[in-house]
Amino acid sequence: MASAEIAVDRAALFEFLTRMGDNTLILGHRVSEWCGHGPVLEEDIALANTALDLIGQTQLWLGLAGEVEGKGRNADALAFLRDAAAFRNCLLVERPNGDFGQTLMRQFLFDAWHHVVLTALTKSADPRVAEIAAKAVKEAAYHLERSSDLVIRLGDGTDESHARMQRALDDMWSYVGELFISDDADRAVAAAGIAPDPASLKPEWEAIVSEVLREATLKAPTSAYVHKGGRRGVHTEHLGYILADMQFLQRAYPGATW
Amino acid sequence: MATATLPSLDEVWHWLSQVPDPEIPVLSLVDLGIVREVKWDDDTLVVTVTPTYSGCPATGVINLDIERALNAHGVARVRLERQLSPPWTTDWMSAEGREKLRAYGIAPPVDDTAADGRSLALARRLASGSNLTVACPRCGSAQTQKVSQFGSTACKASYRCLSCLEPFDYFKCI
Repeated sequence: MASAEIAVDRAALFEFLTRMGDNTLILGHRVSEWCGHGPVLEEDIALANTALDLIGQTQLWLGLAGEVEGKGRNADALAFLRDAAAFRNCLLVERPNGDFGQTLMRQFLFDAWHHVVLTALTKSADPRVAEIAAKAVKEAAYHLERSSDLVIRLGDGTDESHARMQRALDDMWSYVGELFISDDADRAVAAAGIAPDPASLKPEWEAIVSEVLREATLKAPTSAYVHKGGRRGVHTEHLGYILADMQFLQRAYPGATW
Repeated sequence: MATATLPSLDEVWHWLSQVPDPEIPVLSLVDLGIVREVKWDDDTLVVTVTPTYSGCPATGVINLDIERALNAHGVARVRLERQLSPPWTTDWMSAEGREKLRAYGIAPPVDDTAADGRSLALARRLASGSNLTVACPRCGSAQTQKVSQFGSTACKASYRCLSCLEPFDYFKCI
């Protein structure tokens, strides 16, 4: 452990790790809400499996975050016993599920970013970060393959599916920009070689997204407006409802196990 | 316990090769390639296991099964360690394991076909049909079709055979 310590502000590293872990936790929870409600059995199962991957990755990121913080909090304590203002997920992942098209578009826009950032993190100067990324990127590649495939098939599908996918894209678009805005914590971990600067990931993300949208016959909105705040703990009202659902048991029965 | 009375590591590997995977009981944990190392630390047997997928719900059960099996063979002290790196790959699945999968009705992984996140290649594949041929584990036909990227577990995809018309699981390459 001591040998793996990198010369970086502990608080900045904790911030980075909770951002990674909270993104996968909240999206994993959102996607799991589909369990038993998918449009067809195969998609129901695919959604549940995607959610499981994301929750598994959360355990790794938040587990390391707790270790770095050094205050005795493990992944469960961070997931179940923090309030909304302490969550560092981007606003995109807390967007409501909407219809299947909305869920899928949110997933695709996230997967494209996720695959790019995880690929970069496999070269992290912190070996603990690099090994989590090396594990997660293989799963994220399957997520991206599935969501790209379905966005193309539904975008370039019937009039109805095309219209729904375009609406989903229009609705989600302004929530993505936040992922590419750097702050002091980002700059600190980037300077230490632990993670890439968020802004540096944008060209590659754009290349993936524009290619898939072109195949899907969908048009990216031209508006440059960006909703932001999630990465520093300022959330939409949706997060509170997610936490009420997700954290209820541990709040009502502290320490309950089964 | 004196060192001389400890079972040999070969013996331990043999015992582990008889512990079935909880999700795919036809495969042992050794066939699956997730037991990375066994070693003695004084009189404690240290078993290093790597997860297949980070969210695989079988992980807890696997650890419990390993502990139980070794206890049953008289090893009193067992310590399980998790190793993330290098990440598990289906390349580590034994040839015997692949054959067992096929006989069980699950198509084994087709090497070098793991998803790589390159969507341009994906778009081209979609335009020309998939370049991945998964033979039907029942009739052997190459005329098969992917139904979904994920099957009954994250490690599998759903396929159907266009010749014998049976649905089947394909153990994805990762």
